[in-house]
Amino acid sequence: MSSIVRPAGRTAAAAPAGAQLTGPVVTTTVRSGRRGPRPVGSTVARVLLTLLLVGFACLFVYPFAWLIAASLKPRAEVFDNALIPKTFSPANYVEVWQQLPLLNWSVNSVIIALAAAVLVAISSSLVAYGFAFFRFPGRRLLFGLVLATMMLPGAVTMVPQYLIWKYLGALGTWFPLFGANLFGSAFYIFLQRQFFLGLPRELFEAARVDGAGYLTQFTRIALPLSVPSFVIILLFEFQASWNNFTGALIYLNGNDVKDYTAPLGIAYAMNTFNPSNGGHGDYQYVMVASLLVTLPMLVLFAFGQRYFIEGLATTGRKG
Amino acid sequence: MRRREALAGYLFISPWIVGFLVFTLGAMVYSLVISFSHYSLATDLAVPAGLDNYENLVADPKVRIALANTLFYAVLAVPLEIVLALLLAGLLHRLGRGAGVFRTIYYLPKMTPAVATASIFLLLLNGNTGAINKGLSILGIQGPQWLLDPDWVKPSIVLMTLWGVSGTMVIFLAALKNVPRELYEVASLDGAGPVRQFFAVTVPMISGAIFFNVLVLTIAALQVFDQAYLLYGPAGTGTTPDAALFYGVYLFRQAFEQFNFGFAAAMAWVLFVLVLIITVIQVRVGNRFVYYEGEVR
Repeated sequence: MSSIVRPAGRTAAAAPAGAQLTGPVVTTTVRSGRRGPRPVGSTVARVLLTLLLVGFACLFVYPFAWLIAASLKPRAEVFDNALIPKTFSPANYVEVWQQLPLLNWSVNSVIIALAAAVLVAISSSLVAYGFAFFRFPGRRLLFGLVLATMMLPGAVTMVPQYLIWKYLGALGTWFPLFGANLFGSAFYIFLQRQFFLGLPRELFEAARVDGAGYLTQFTRIALPLSVPSFVIILLFEFQASWNNFTGALIYLNGNDVKDYTAPLGIAYAMNTFNPSNGGHGDYQYVMVASLLVTLPMLVLFAFGQRYFIEGLATTGRKG
Repeated sequence: MRRREALAGYLFISPWIVGFLVFTLGAMVYSLVISFSHYSLATDLAVPAGLDNYENLVADPKVRIALANTLFYAVLAVPLEIVLALLLAGLLHRLGRGAGVFRTIYYLPKMTPAVATASIFLLLLNGNTGAINKGLSILGIQGPQWLLDPDWVKPSIVLMTLWGVSGTMVIFLAALKNVPRELYEVASLDGAGPVRQFFAVTVPMISGAIFFNVLVLTIAALQVFDQAYLLYGPAGTGTTPDAALFYGVYLFRQAFEQFNFGFAAAMAWVLFVLVLIITVIQVRVGNRFVYYEGEVR
């Protein structure tokens, strides 16, 4: 099977966006194939190029190195910018749990992110299946609307959505942070539909001959075969939910501090420890907390890198 | 059979239809109604107010400041993001083998939650003790008061955005992989060097991806919120200096701190129309330059 990725959705025969995930993943290493500019050949050029890339890598990594160092320093040295602390204070990592309800925040965030990811993956798959395999009047128009909502600024619906949740009596609960995921999300619908379009139709025909209904075809054939794009959705949404600061700020700010999510908690900590708000400037705890909130995302990326990259690459292809 | 199929299709997409009707279309219409009302959160009553909110919006100097800040930020951030992402993607692609390691490293900031980014940069950008100014002073440059000097607030936030440029870069990398190798070989035979090849072959061939990224980044830039709010909201004194007052921040404060829902809804609709106009202009201009491979028009 050709691993060349074509702009998705232009022709029915084009390889679907996610299809290459089933074969060898080609996103990372560029083999000396037929596409793209030729990699530089001469040794000198390669060394120079590598040095340049290392330079950029240092710029991207420096804030992390700084963060790790600062998280290990006593309060007085946080601002000294030394990448190796003069005084090691690993006790920060113990004390932070007493200083801040970090465990509560993390558990809250995990529950919310899991609910958000699972719900949106299932609902988006259902909707995508409808768009991929059924002919019905208005399908093109409706799918166009799905794509159009991707361009809608979230700020536009912020106030009325708040009022809808208020009307439903859900203010102060976690429900507004993942409830809308019951209804699918435009980008994930697009992604999953592309994947479904690439599945061989004969499988579904065979199942139909065997008497399988539409829902059985969905759960027995479409879903099991679309695990790669399903995982992309789970990972993307888990990350989006884990990082969601605005939502938590709107819906949980009035709650008990223990009810906060991790991002809202960190913002609270930045505020509380700030000397101009009567804090003692204990930024070492903010640094530890920031690091601990970032770590799960780095782990997620370490295990799911190819899914993140592939999912992101797909976004560019709908252009 | 056809009817059964259509019915099943509608059933499968029904979650999205319900969500669209309630949380998108319904919400937008509701927002439009509220924008022409005085909304009281205590009684949940919307009293018709005619054009009051829109008149107040035009008269409010803060709205003008916020709009100017936001446009300034977008004009500064989007081109820099595109150029840096293109540069990095181009370099990574030229390296070929081994590029994966760098791509992973470059992607790490993209995985960092905005709150963590804000808390790191709050300290890195400190004018007196921050690492960035310490680094500049080694080069003999007196760094600015990044977060306090009104002239440097927006460049500071652009800097934070650029740290997470790798998402855009990955989209470009994927596009670069689709450019036919022969084009470079022909260009090379014609005596075009790497730079010439980049502008004569690469840029036109990935113009679709460039166009897409410009659209998406512009919409994101017009809504900039997290970093600006985190640096000057909870972390600062709670009042945003004019230089850091972005449209999204002011909208949020009006809605959820002042509970001025009518005014906020009017602001939201103005933003929507603005985004729509900018997007339409970009699509018009873009269609003239974007080349779609294999497309006959």
